[in-house]
Amino acid sequence: MSTPILEAEGLVKAWGGVRAVDGVSFSLAPGEMLALIGPNGAGKSTCFNMLNGQVRPDAGRVRLAGQDITGLPPRAVWRLGVGRTFQVTATFGSMSVRENVRLALLSHHRRLLGLWRPASHLHTAEAEALLERVGMAAQADRPCAVLAYGDLKRLELAMALAHAPRLLLMDEPTAGMAPAERGALMQQTAAIAREAGIAVLFTEHDMDVVFGHAQRVLVLERGRLIAGGAPEAVRADPRVRQVYLGGGHF
Amino acid sequence: MLAVEGLHAHYGRAHILHGVSLAVGAGEVVCLLGRNGAGKSTTMKAIMGLVPPSAGTVRLEGRDLAGQPPHAIARAGLGYVPEERRVFADLTVLENLEVGRRPPRPGLRPWTPQRLFALFPSLETLRHRPGGRMSGGEQQMLTIARTLMGNPRLLLLDEPSEGLAPVVVERMAEAIGTLKAEGLSILLSEQNLAFASAVGDRACILETGTPRHTMPMAELMRDAALRARYLSV
Amino acid sequence: MEALAVQALNGLASASSLFLVASGLTVIFGVSRIVNFAHGSLYMLGAYLAWTFVSHGPLAELGGFWGFWGGVLLAALAVGALGAVLEMTVLRRIYHAPELFQLLATFALVLVVQDVALLLWGADDKFGPRAPLLRGSVEILGLRFPRYELFLIAVGPVVLGLLWLLFHRTRFGILLRAATQDREMVSALGVDQRLLFTAVFFLGAALAGLGGALQLPREAVTLHMDMAIIVEAFVVVVIGGLGSLPGAFLAALLIGELHAFGILVFPRITLVLVFLVMAVVLVLRPHGLLGRAPGAPPAGEQSPPLPRPLPRGLALAAAGALAGLLLAAPFLGDYPLILLADFAVFILFAASLHFIMGPGGMASFGHAAYFGAGAYAAALLLRHLAAPMEAGLLLAPFAAGLVGLLFGWFCVRLSGVYAAMLTLAFAQIAWSVAFQWVEVTGGDNGILGVWPSEWARGRLAFFYLSVLLCGAGVLLLRRAIFAPFGLALRAQRDSPLRAEAIGIDGFRIRWLAFAYAAAFAGLAGALFAFGKGSVFPTYLGIPRSVDALLMVLLGGVQTVSGPILGAIAYAGLQEQLARLTELWRLLLGLVILALVLFFPRGLAGALAHWHDGRRERRA
Repeated sequence: MSTPILEAEGLVKAWGGVRAVDGVSFSLAPGEMLALIGPNGAGKSTCFNMLNGQVRPDAGRVRLAGQDITGLPPRAVWRLGVGRTFQVTATFGSMSVRENVRLALLSHHRRLLGLWRPASHLHTAEAEALLERVGMAAQADRPCAVLAYGDLKRLELAMALAHAPRLLLMDEPTAGMAPAERGALMQQTAAIAREAGIAVLFTEHDMDVVFGHAQRVLVLERGRLIAGGAPEAVRADPRVRQVYLGGGHF
Repeated sequence: MLAVEGLHAHYGRAHILHGVSLAVGAGEVVCLLGRNGAGKSTTMKAIMGLVPPSAGTVRLEGRDLAGQPPHAIARAGLGYVPEERRVFADLTVLENLEVGRRPPRPGLRPWTPQRLFALFPSLETLRHRPGGRMSGGEQQMLTIARTLMGNPRLLLLDEPSEGLAPVVVERMAEAIGTLKAEGLSILLSEQNLAFASAVGDRACILETGTPRHTMPMAELMRDAALRARYLSV
Repeated sequence: MEALAVQALNGLASASSLFLVASGLTVIFGVSRIVNFAHGSLYMLGAYLAWTFVSHGPLAELGGFWGFWGGVLLAALAVGALGAVLEMTVLRRIYHAPELFQLLATFALVLVVQDVALLLWGADDKFGPRAPLLRGSVEILGLRFPRYELFLIAVGPVVLGLLWLLFHRTRFGILLRAATQDREMVSALGVDQRLLFTAVFFLGAALAGLGGALQLPREAVTLHMDMAIIVEAFVVVVIGGLGSLPGAFLAALLIGELHAFGILVFPRITLVLVFLVMAVVLVLRPHGLLGRAPGAPPAGEQSPPLPRPLPRGLALAAAGALAGLLLAAPFLGDYPLILLADFAVFILFAASLHFIMGPGGMASFGHAAYFGAGAYAAALLLRHLAAPMEAGLLLAPFAAGLVGLLFGWFCVRLSGVYAAMLTLAFAQIAWSVAFQWVEVTGGDNGILGVWPSEWARGRLAFFYLSVLLCGAGVLLLRRAIFAPFGLALRAQRDSPLRAEAIGIDGFRIRWLAFAYAAAFAGLAGALFAFGKGSVFPTYLGIPRSVDALLMVLLGGVQTVSGPILGAIAYAGLQEQLARLTELWRLLLGLVILALVLFFPRGLAGALAHWHDGRRERRA
């Protein structure tokens, strides 16, 4: 078996005395699609934010393809090949779609400090190719501020792809989208990931999305992993049903 | 009592509610159920005017409140208890209650700190404790008590059992039972199905910002397939 | 020893006055999030009104105890009422405007009040009577100490105590505290925020008015009281932590004593001491001594509009006007040429500030530091090394850029009002170095004889030189905005989270942008120095920083041509109004208010909007 692309080992994070994440360990194989699920407050977001350096773990390590990346800032994690999308989309509202992607490419090529040549002359073809991949080429000139929500999610994906990542972290990739759009976006994401051999780790509330696309599912509750494995096995796990439906008493 | 029709709401450009309709009768407890992200909290906030609804009506006793500022909606008789509790951390328990105080409403026995301490006995000993230095369960009781000080006709309770120890959840269910016995109408959002079934008369199931089913609570508890479809993994 | 004790008492007395003003400022900010620049004006009005009530009309006839103290109280209440009226008529309309716009509006009020006070009370200083019962002095440790000062020492803690009672023992106070923590929740509980806001402005303004009225027996009432107190009050509020009353009290004591003892211990750097302390506090505790990190901004994206070049028609018109000006210059007299050269300098100065405020999303209240750094660098080179103008103009941007690197390293870590106040602190430090390091800078007398080289000495040649250099500077800044660096700068402003997630180091980008802008401000400063033939500490003063701020805000922060239009409009308006009428501040203030209320996107924004509208109608 090859080296896992991502390994989390004993991750712990406490907020004001409460252990939001309490000893979480798992790994992700190259090209694998893994979903992290759990009820509200289970610690998914904290866990996620520790993986790309947004939150520093109190204990535990994160390794990317064997390299220890614990404590690196998000921008350094990105440089090492981890793309990220956010639960509430984060794009550059004052720019057009193309400029958003162009900026990710400028960062990829380490050309952010240019003061003279207009950015509009740089990496245009490359940006269009990325937009083409996520089906956004027709909207390249539109300001980000007028995009439909699903298109913003696609734009985020294109920006994450600009650095040719080995791993994509997607926090609730379909949140805030109309139900019909959700499947389409995930299908597209899965196709791109498969094609480029990118591993994907995502959190999600929409169970259709989770069980429709994940190869493996991890269930987090109160900061601990309580189940993990193939989707159908997880679905049948009595502990998981207990977490989602509550027991006979409370 | 409360009739919501075709409510739509957005966060920024994210379209969260796609036409929510529901009704709460006088003295009834209705549970909003659904998975995380189904739009339960947003429904509450949109009713309260905290997220301005982009379409739809919210009628309380026949009067349309949609589009009004939150303070006017509160004055009309809706009491909102947020999921995040939002107690005023620097204010003591008594001061928190004072912020919620509104004049008595005709036909309702006015709430006083004394009556609320009878409902939530643990608050009484903490009356001078700042809200920020209380446990989660105590904060949850305080935030309900604070809203009751406004003498609402209908209570919006957003996930009252979330993050609480089992014994506190039990206490909470008892308190809700008492309020119901007082004749208060309640719209309650829940993830804990056992809790909801213990306090609720009817269930309204949301999925991706759309109401899917409305039925008596007992019926939902008999229908395992439906529960699995909308609430389980 | 005795002298030290008396000095400590002096410090306490001034701390009390400072606290009265600062407490009002901090209470208003806590609830409404408005940074009220006009708070010093309310303080000044309190002093003038008290003087009027005490020395004219029925209360003056009454005389004695009630004549005086009644006048003081009446003045405080009148100022409070004025505060409430201002809230209802002006500030209520701009609660949702960007922070800087609120600041601009309150600054316009400063200008208006200045001239209204001049109209009503005239330019001469007013002296009030001594306070009944508190005349004369007492002996403390063998030294005489005025009774009134002792009284003032008591006023601070008494007011703090009364405010504590108000905030803890009354429903109104409890609501205010609740609103300071979570406004939205308070309104969800049925409280009408509008009443709360009006009331809090009444309270805050009355405190400022009381502070001013109590100065009556102590010092002359002048038209300079507003600016003198507002800067100190800001310092106190920021050191204490915005919104924190105990913090303001603590900070007022600190600053009061610092003033009292600074003179004894560090006579050479008294002016800088206060700002040094503020800088140290902010670097160590970015939200002041007792302040808290502000909550996350409300959800929902507010995307600033896309910056774009001027519409072609307007751009052609502008280019035509510039070409016409260059051709007509030889036929202009000396005065217009001087004026136009100044305009060029102001445009570059404003454009450099716009670079960090617009694309960068940072506020600076101390941009004059870099203007002055450039001016002094050129002047010192000329004076001490007899270097020619060319060397000075070459060195100035680098010197100012270095100062920008140094100050910016601290400033760009903070955000919002705190960042703005730190830039102000550094500018004041730079200013007091220029003011107090007399051997090198000539102090208040400045450096004279900073003349251009022989070839540029004629007004026409200097005009062309100014236009050339400023034009080049503006062009470089403009290119940078549309180059990758400008894109990265906007990116960290639009979404720090996303910028970081695609490998952009926001701190480094902001820091370099700060220094880059400082360099161009330095070039503008050096040109200004050669144009005037001299440099003075005022080049680094607060008024000059405020000028730049106003130019940028007037023009519109989110438009590339904004600073150019803003500089011309502001400098032109000031010049024209000053020639037309004595009351130019009043008019300027009203114009700014009108702009804030009716053209929230600034002049360039309004122009582009108008242009789009016309095109749509034609289509």
